[in-house]
Amino acid sequence: MTSAEKVILKLYVTGRTPRSQRAIGALQKICEEELAGSYDLTVIDVLEHPQLAEEEKILATPTVIRSLPPPIRRIIGDLSEAEKVLLGLDLTTITNNISE
Amino acid sequence: MTTEPLQKHETGIEGLDHVSQGGIPKGRTTLVSGTAGSAKTILAGQFLVQGIRQYQEPGVFVTFEETPDDIRQNMLGFGWDVDAFEAAGHWQFVDASPEFGSERIIAGDYDLGALVARVEHAVNACDAKRVVIDSIGPIFAQFPNVTTVRSELLRIAQVLKRLGVTSIMTAERTEDFGPIARYGIEEFVSDNVVILRNVLEDEKRRRTIEILKLRGAPHSKGEYPFTIVPDSGIEVIPLSAIELAQSSSETRIPSGIEELDEMCGGGFFRDSIVLVSGATGAGKTLMVTQFLAGGVANGERCLLFAFEESRGQLFRNAAGWGIDMNGMEDNGLLVVDCCYPEIMGLEDHLIRMKVLMDRFKPQRVAVDSLSALERVSTLKGYREFVLGLTATIKEREVAGLFTSTTPSITGGTSITEANISTITDAIILVRYVEMFGEVRRGMTVLKMRGSPHEKVIREFTIDSSGMHIGNTFRNVIGILSGQPQNVTTDEMERIQEMFQRP
Repeated sequence: MTSAEKVILKLYVTGRTPRSQRAIGALQKICEEELAGSYDLTVIDVLEHPQLAEEEKILATPTVIRSLPPPIRRIIGDLSEAEKVLLGLDLTTITNNISE
Repeated sequence: MTTEPLQKHETGIEGLDHVSQGGIPKGRTTLVSGTAGSAKTILAGQFLVQGIRQYQEPGVFVTFEETPDDIRQNMLGFGWDVDAFEAAGHWQFVDASPEFGSERIIAGDYDLGALVARVEHAVNACDAKRVVIDSIGPIFAQFPNVTTVRSELLRIAQVLKRLGVTSIMTAERTEDFGPIARYGIEEFVSDNVVILRNVLEDEKRRRTIEILKLRGAPHSKGEYPFTIVPDSGIEVIPLSAIELAQSSSETRIPSGIEELDEMCGGGFFRDSIVLVSGATGAGKTLMVTQFLAGGVANGERCLLFAFEESRGQLFRNAAGWGIDMNGMEDNGLLVVDCCYPEIMGLEDHLIRMKVLMDRFKPQRVAVDSLSALERVSTLKGYREFVLGLTATIKEREVAGLFTSTTPSITGGTSITEANISTITDAIILVRYVEMFGEVRRGMTVLKMRGSPHEKVIREFTIDSSGMHIGNTFRNVIGILSGQPQNVTTDEMERIQEMFQRP
């Protein structure tokens, strides 16, 4: 597997709120289960880096952006609905490809 | 801890500051609500622009609707160079406009914390004193949870309050006369509500601004018409500018007709408004021409707004009465502005007239005829125009002469008179008088505030040297009502005796 196929995710949160923690936990869990190490996850606190939120035009938190592979996908919420997250990040097809 | 009274923040939008009696609440959020096309974004943009230009107060523009590029372009149409403001660090955008094409899936609970952080960051980054949020409708379309969005907007309002900035939030309404805004926003976000309307009435658009509430602070009530001027934005027409506080002058100025000066007890007052009413062809324009000539002879600057005749006609007719208007213009003491009433709305006429008056700074202003403008507007709009014009003239303490054409040849009153008679200082009637198969002309000073004046009806004639006022009509009654009747000397005496009896 090459680095080009790596899934790049950015998770924007506001502070260390329970909602932020829930989102971080949920995303890490999904990634471990579905992507098994072939991913790159960065957590960005918009309170510390508002400029980064401005650049990406983030309004809601938590927001996950899958910047690679294209197309760019956005998911909003604390990611408590795991099925929607999988669907939204289009991870099911990716994992299928990997397993093939 | 002491409670301080509410402070107002001058917006720099002249008319808005006037109707709000000093500006919008300082450090608070004011909701500006209106239907599509009611100039919400223009008002919002102008609020920031005036802050930067007049008060050196930087501003943040949070856009939920148009992209910053669109806004920059639209604002340029009013001569507001947002690019330059941004380059100077006085203007900052927070771009929350919807992005098309990017998929967005909602999976669980969320808030708008990132937006709040971005707004706060932008305010701190340019040390903003003013914030505009335009407009909140699309954010509800982007996020389906209305309760969350509402409470997040309230949170933004609270953050702005903590930062001490004065802000305007715009919202859509579906009808010009209906609920204040969609999504019940006003109950959550703001106690200060300004409503913009753009109502279609008798096939004419009429824009108004109304301050609905201002957190208990005093403000002018009701709707005020406004217009959008290409290079300066919103211009509110403050009708209540007639503050009845104008200093009153005792100085008399010549009317341009000697006999008329006598009839008025020595001429018009320096700062009065005179209405001349009469049928078409009765001699109103002549009176205007002589009023202007009298001013110019006195070394005064005179401005004529002509709505009925072209320059060519006016100048030719004046020459026929022995008055050289060309020469007066060459001297720089006269400006004649001819314009068809139909080419624009009354609000725009008023703004134009105001601009001309500011530029030329006349000591006399004549409008010939005011009643020609009746037909381009609704009655309400016309009434407001007359009030606004009178206020504008009185503010500048100049002498004004308006003419009004009566609908019937022999007498009666026009709409103009009904609307204007109480705000004019003097009324002069010119009438046709039919006597023994001959049409003659009569004139009387109906009212003249603060001065004794003749009560009789005098005959006047017009020839190549202008107007000549002669003797009173004797043995005629009913001239004013348009039904003159000749009475015999016996009858006259009988009537006079009746009033003399104890």
